[in-house]
Amino acid sequence: MRPPNRRKIQRDLTMEVWALQLFNGLSLSSILLLIALGLALSFGLMNVINLAHGEFIMIGAYTVYALQQVAQSLTGDVSPSVTFLIAIPLSFVVAGAVGMLVEACLIRFLYRRPLDTLLATVGVGIFLQQLARSIFGAPNVQVVAPLWLSGGLDISDGVVLPIKRLFIIALVAVCIAGLYWYMYRSSEGRRTRAVMQNREMASSLGISTRRVDNLTFALGSGLAGLAGCALTLIGPIGPSLGTFYIVDAFIVVILGGLGQIPGTILAALVIGMLNTVFEFGTTAVVGKVLVFAMVILFLQWRPDGLIRVRGR
Amino acid sequence: MTTHIPGRWNARLGSWAPLIVLFALLLAAPMLLSDFRLGLLGKFLTFAILALALNLIWGYAGMLSLGHGVFFGLGGYAMGMFMKLEASGGKLPDFMFWSGLEQLPLFLAPFKYAWFALPMVFILPAAVAGGLGYLVFRSRITGVYFALITQALALIVSILFIGQQPYTGGTNGITNYSTVFGFQVFSPGTQLALYFVTVATLALIYLVLRLVVESRFGRVMIAMRDDENRVRFMGYDPAIIKTLVFAASGGISGIAGALFVPQVGIISPSSMGIMQSIEIAVWVAVGGRGTLVGPVIGAVAVNAAKSGLSESFPVIWQFFLGGLFISAVLLFPAGIMGIFRGEFTLDVFRRLVTRVRTLRQQGIGGVVRQWTTTSFPWKV
Repeated sequence: MRPPNRRKIQRDLTMEVWALQLFNGLSLSSILLLIALGLALSFGLMNVINLAHGEFIMIGAYTVYALQQVAQSLTGDVSPSVTFLIAIPLSFVVAGAVGMLVEACLIRFLYRRPLDTLLATVGVGIFLQQLARSIFGAPNVQVVAPLWLSGGLDISDGVVLPIKRLFIIALVAVCIAGLYWYMYRSSEGRRTRAVMQNREMASSLGISTRRVDNLTFALGSGLAGLAGCALTLIGPIGPSLGTFYIVDAFIVVILGGLGQIPGTILAALVIGMLNTVFEFGTTAVVGKVLVFAMVILFLQWRPDGLIRVRGR
Repeated sequence: MTTHIPGRWNARLGSWAPLIVLFALLLAAPMLLSDFRLGLLGKFLTFAILALALNLIWGYAGMLSLGHGVFFGLGGYAMGMFMKLEASGGKLPDFMFWSGLEQLPLFLAPFKYAWFALPMVFILPAAVAGGLGYLVFRSRITGVYFALITQALALIVSILFIGQQPYTGGTNGITNYSTVFGFQVFSPGTQLALYFVTVATLALIYLVLRLVVESRFGRVMIAMRDDENRVRFMGYDPAIIKTLVFAASGGISGIAGALFVPQVGIISPSSMGIMQSIEIAVWVAVGGRGTLVGPVIGAVAVNAAKSGLSESFPVIWQFFLGGLFISAVLLFPAGIMGIFRGEFTLDVFRRLVTRVRTLRQQGIGGVVRQWTTTSFPWKV
């Protein structure tokens, strides 16, 4: 028998490594996307950026944890399969409800002052983080993932895709489909788009802009909560969970353009992929610096981001 | 055609009198405070310089930077490197040795000379701010976008400094100094001298900023904050103005950082991270943005509260800080200076009065109903 061609093996190996990297990039992109969509929605609608958005991720993650703790104390068993399935909608609802409350109590007073909104929401973020630390303690906690999410999908020799990450990608895909349905097929979404395009006109045609603002902000917060729920599958969670992802999500929003869905999706894919590829080629730190520099340079070329919205 | 107006001189004196009193108090502080308290005050005054710098770009040019910790840190690191090389006698400093370096990297070697290191305290952060600022302002990125980009800068520079341990000392930063210009750093005499240098620098920067703000350039800058397009149509280039202001603001922050290091004895990435950078904005907001005294008062007041509260009640401090951010913009948008001028929002208090009245008339159910109908007016 002839010895196997060494160069071919080498090439196969790098192909596998690259396939895995691309897959990891895709799963990072999908989480970033879920986080950034909420930011982009409320930015496109009300011109405010919620710096406490990362804390809504944290709320979603702790919802899963709290639910499992409750299940354990009631039935003596975490029963991860059931609790996780319940936790997916629940994390959306809980984070969305907190978002609704924050919008009603704070942000609605600041719509004409976007920079002040940044500061006020930082305050909300500090408050929520400390609240989580007081309730759940400062150390990280681990959520028990359902058994059916463990293991990997073997697509070819050596390329094993973790089911968890596949599940996250699928979850995000469902969310985006749902969001598209909401924005482009439901009457609520039609009203939202109307207010986005021309607030005064929409208001004078009888649309309650208060309702649209409130619901949209809650929707964005709920999506962040879902992202937090997804993150519990990847690693331990702590009070400052959101801060790891939030700056990347801001960069996605900046790159994506003035708060609209297609640009955000494209930007999340680009940033997630670039981050993973650069990290693989260099180190995590240098990768982040490179991505930041590329975004700044890209904005020289297209200041409005990847996809430009037509003027109002 | 300046006619002599009686009382005008007095009015001018009136505007200066509180400042002179404040300045005299700062000069007299060494006699009134213990060494420990004086050290704290010296640190707070470097923060006051930093707050003045942020106020220049935020209060007067209308752009909120959430990355000013970076410029403070760059100045601090330049000064720290200078003092570290003085401590090691121009040889390899200890932290570089521990990280496995064998000789001083070429780009850090000039920092052993005061003529290089001290200007670098200003030039380095000003160059970073100017470079980033030019790129950003040229593409007409403003408002929230600018704030987010500077926040990303704070994140990236701080993790970059953590990662480059051989050159920056990593997470621990640069510490263990011995002398500054030949004097023992931590002797009470040196610390007292450093305190006076800080007070003098603060006064000087205040005066310079006041001149700038009241100059023709300052008026264009304020006009640009209020209506950028109009200024552009008048023939000015906002990108250039903003870049200059941002670079100057960064440089001043660097000076603050350089004064911070010998008094506190350490500069580390935690001084330039996201949280620290955002806190600067709260000092300015609490004091009163767009005024020159407000940020100084705000920086000292917030930091005094922090050192008072956070040592004994760290949990309460975090809630307090969160509340401070919210109330500073919601109740007192003009800060402490605004309270003096009677500018604060009464809406919240009025609403509170309405709620109490409802509570007495209709009970708790009425209050809930009133709150839900005003907060969620959802009828299409």
